[in-house]
Amino acid sequence: MQVSKLSVTYDTKSGPLHTVRNVSFAIARGEIYGLVGESGSGKTTLAYSMIQYLPRNGRVRNGSVTLDGQDLLTLPSSQMRKLWGSEITMVHQDPATAVNPSIRVGEQIAEVARARLGMSRGKARDKAVEMLEQVQIPDPLDVAGRYAHQLSGGMLQRALIATALMTNPKLLIMDEPTTALDVTTQAVILDLVRDLLRDYQTAVLYITHNLGVVARLADRVGVIYAGELVEEGLVHEVYKSPRHPYTLALLGCVPSIDADKRQIELRAIQGQIPRPDELPEGCIFAPRCPMAQPACRRKRPTLEETGAGHSTACPFWRKIKEELGTQHHHKKMFTAREADKAGLILEGQDIKKHFAMSGGGLAALFSGRRPVVKAVDGVSLRVRDGFTMGLVGESGCGKTTLARCIAGLEKATAGYVKLENEELPKSLMDRPRETRRKIQMVFQNPESSLNPHHTVGDIIRRSAALSGNLSKEQIEKRTEELLEAVRLPLDYQRRLPHELSGGEKQRVAIASAFAAQPRLMLCDEPFSSLDVSVQASLMNLLVELQQDRGTAYLYVSHDLAAVRYIADWIAVVYLGQLCEVGAGEDVFRPPYHPYTEALLSAIPVPDPDLHQKRIRLGGSVPSAVDVPSGCRFHTRCPRKKGPICEVEEPPWQELENQHRIRCHIPPDELRELQEKSLEASPP
Amino acid sequence: MWMFLSRRIGFMLVGMLLASMIIFVLTQVMPGDVAKMILGRWAKEEAVNNLRKKLGLDRPLYVQYLDWLTDFITGNWGISLTTRVPARPLVLQRLRNSGRLAALSLVMFVPLGIFLGVFAALREDSPIDRFLRGGSMAFTGMPEFVIGLILIAVFALALDWLPANSSVGPDAGLVEAIPQMILPAATVSLVGLGYIVRMTRSSTIDVLKADYVRVAHLKGLPRGQVLIKHVLRNALLPTITVIALSIGWLIGGLVVTESVFGYPGLGRLMLYAIQRHDLVLIQACAMIVVVTYGVSNLVADLLYSVLNPRIRLQQFGVS
Repeated sequence: MQVSKLSVTYDTKSGPLHTVRNVSFAIARGEIYGLVGESGSGKTTLAYSMIQYLPRNGRVRNGSVTLDGQDLLTLPSSQMRKLWGSEITMVHQDPATAVNPSIRVGEQIAEVARARLGMSRGKARDKAVEMLEQVQIPDPLDVAGRYAHQLSGGMLQRALIATALMTNPKLLIMDEPTTALDVTTQAVILDLVRDLLRDYQTAVLYITHNLGVVARLADRVGVIYAGELVEEGLVHEVYKSPRHPYTLALLGCVPSIDADKRQIELRAIQGQIPRPDELPEGCIFAPRCPMAQPACRRKRPTLEETGAGHSTACPFWRKIKEELGTQHHHKKMFTAREADKAGLILEGQDIKKHFAMSGGGLAALFSGRRPVVKAVDGVSLRVRDGFTMGLVGESGCGKTTLARCIAGLEKATAGYVKLENEELPKSLMDRPRETRRKIQMVFQNPESSLNPHHTVGDIIRRSAALSGNLSKEQIEKRTEELLEAVRLPLDYQRRLPHELSGGEKQRVAIASAFAAQPRLMLCDEPFSSLDVSVQASLMNLLVELQQDRGTAYLYVSHDLAAVRYIADWIAVVYLGQLCEVGAGEDVFRPPYHPYTEALLSAIPVPDPDLHQKRIRLGGSVPSAVDVPSGCRFHTRCPRKKGPICEVEEPPWQELENQHRIRCHIPPDELRELQEKSLEASPP
Repeated sequence: MWMFLSRRIGFMLVGMLLASMIIFVLTQVMPGDVAKMILGRWAKEEAVNNLRKKLGLDRPLYVQYLDWLTDFITGNWGISLTTRVPARPLVLQRLRNSGRLAALSLVMFVPLGIFLGVFAALREDSPIDRFLRGGSMAFTGMPEFVIGLILIAVFALALDWLPANSSVGPDAGLVEAIPQMILPAATVSLVGLGYIVRMTRSSTIDVLKADYVRVAHLKGLPRGQVLIKHVLRNALLPTITVIALSIGWLIGGLVVTESVFGYPGLGRLMLYAIQRHDLVLIQACAMIVVVTYGVSNLVADLLYSVLNPRIRLQQFGVS
């Protein structure tokens, strides 16, 4: 597979957009090539242009793409169509939407076997089941007869991978195939892809924004920025000695699992990716580059080979080595608060939230027996004043519902929430204004949490007015001060949300939350829809604001590394209950709860040399309607002790430093098991 | 599955029962004294009282209602007050005519509407799409009698291809009636067409943008197969529901069209009955319309559940 000097242009009303420029790379048979870039870098456009699947207003301006000697771009589209699904296959981002909801999964695989392998109906059906078996789906015959809504995302993605591999393609394009999945499922799928591809001679183009995923999977990596390839090389070389400041910066953005805010500061990248019609004259990265020279701004450098197979578009790459050493240092010293002196800000006791399921119709209405979803099922947690409590777990574990119960957005079914030792009414409506002010929330999606008709200034001022008896000037002053604190220019006050980028919107959301001078901030996956570089700068911002203002955070996320970085205390949630609570560094080292252990081993770490333990969870989180008896985790637990796990609810086991694990296995035994498996992992 | 079915049928029956009560109250109770109405304004008090007794109007309301309902269910629909013939055969014959007209209209506008809707969706925002969108809007907005009169002026008067008068004889067979039914059916079709085109177009556009359609293309399936199997199967769901729902309207709601063409359908019979204060006939027609609406809603409901695996599996429990 050879791409050379490929340029793609979109014709828009405001003129042509040169989205991809002059990109060249090659993928050998059986090689996995990781293409890494942030959103808007043109990586998906690049992939679609290679297979002539651009939208109507897109066209390839220049360059060539050859597959096995055959020029793809000059092929008439009818010929190209013949390659789709046979020699070139694709796996897409979100398996839930990539599978047709009204056709059985097996048939959706079999139809390709008929169209592409010329199989008869019966044979194609058998082939589909065989492929499902190959991607390690338990009970493939049963799965083949099911519809998309009956299967989990991981299952569906496996089925799509099975479809893509069935024709033994020459090129497989995978576009963020694990982004929509949970971290544990992602780990399983990555293992599967790596193991499966060993037996194929397929060239794989793996597109992702996640550096950790590439480190785990790819042989070589290309880093794409604003439509141009800026660095390329073997994964090991690029990660260990990056030769482009952008790569270096990207690597510095990713929080690591063995350090937190006290030790390092994330390296955020200033500014944002330039639009293709607003490119700087010189190096495209120069405006954001901390090491930019005057020469960088005059002439645009091209990708040059600087070592065996290692190319970079930075002429000053030799300087980067020096920069590497200084990477993880704090600009400002982090002053840790003393935990013992801090009072409790939030105390939740035995919080439960059960939802009655809709449906069941009249009969269920009369008999009163409706299935109940136990989203949160008895959680007790405490947050200290000025500290951050991180709440982690897979999707569907109830962590968001818990946060919403604390905020009063959901009315808890049982239990109580105390703020500064005062019990709060369950519903937000019943809470006095003063209390409402004290708890603020930052939501996952700033698109929908900011009123599109209010200007940024109004949004912040409204929230500032909550603290009551502030004069107009004071409100004005606070608004300006907050805009400054979240690093937005003052003239943004007059802008409407749609005029801002995703990161800027979230900055406004944070500013507006802080405008009310809260005592506690609930952050529900606040940055999971943002790019790593933006995420890093916002996490730094949160840390800084906490330092200055002493606000306590409850930080909800599925991203363990992010939680590890930002939180002082971490609570791990599984199926509506906590299974481990402790200080960040305690939770992340043995002994840990088997679930935490599995989560940790699933994190894709952007370090190709690091060999993590391989603990994989089978299946998906059980339904919260039919909660497993005994220990809720026993159906998936790799360290299940015996029948006791199925029958008896495990007790909380206290360790030093208020570290608690809810498991039947004694902590010492856990530690021994887990340290042993750490050593046993392959070098 | 039986649970689901019986529940839906139960809903339908409850709905019909409520409608029948409304009909009963509106026709039998509200207008005042039926006996007086039958005998005329100057009838003697004694005669009125006698007739009242004879008709059972002196009994409590609910007894009257139950009696009336049983009569209707057992097929005893009474004698038309004005024509002095039994209401049942008359209404059923008109129902048959209306059913024929509805069927012919469906045959005319459903395939065409779906075709045009999909055609427009595939060429979203092209001049053809814009034309179809504008055209369908115009026809749905235009009153039926205007369309009907235009059709008569063009095809009956100017071109003389088809008869302007559609008063089909009571014993006419389907084949000989068809020429006379074409113009009214075309009128109805033009109105219905607009709905179908717009419905099909918008849902097809939605589905065309779905990830699974892109996947189907890139899996290498032939274009036609992608369109029929992956797109239409999902896109036509709402359209099919709308079509099933429209059966009620086609049978009981074509008063204007039937009047313009003089077509002997249920709508025109109802109009006649209302103009002549023929309460018996009004009741019979109204009840039949209620039943057709109920049944067509039920059919729409069931079709949607059967065609959508999500609901089918939930409700029927079998795959």
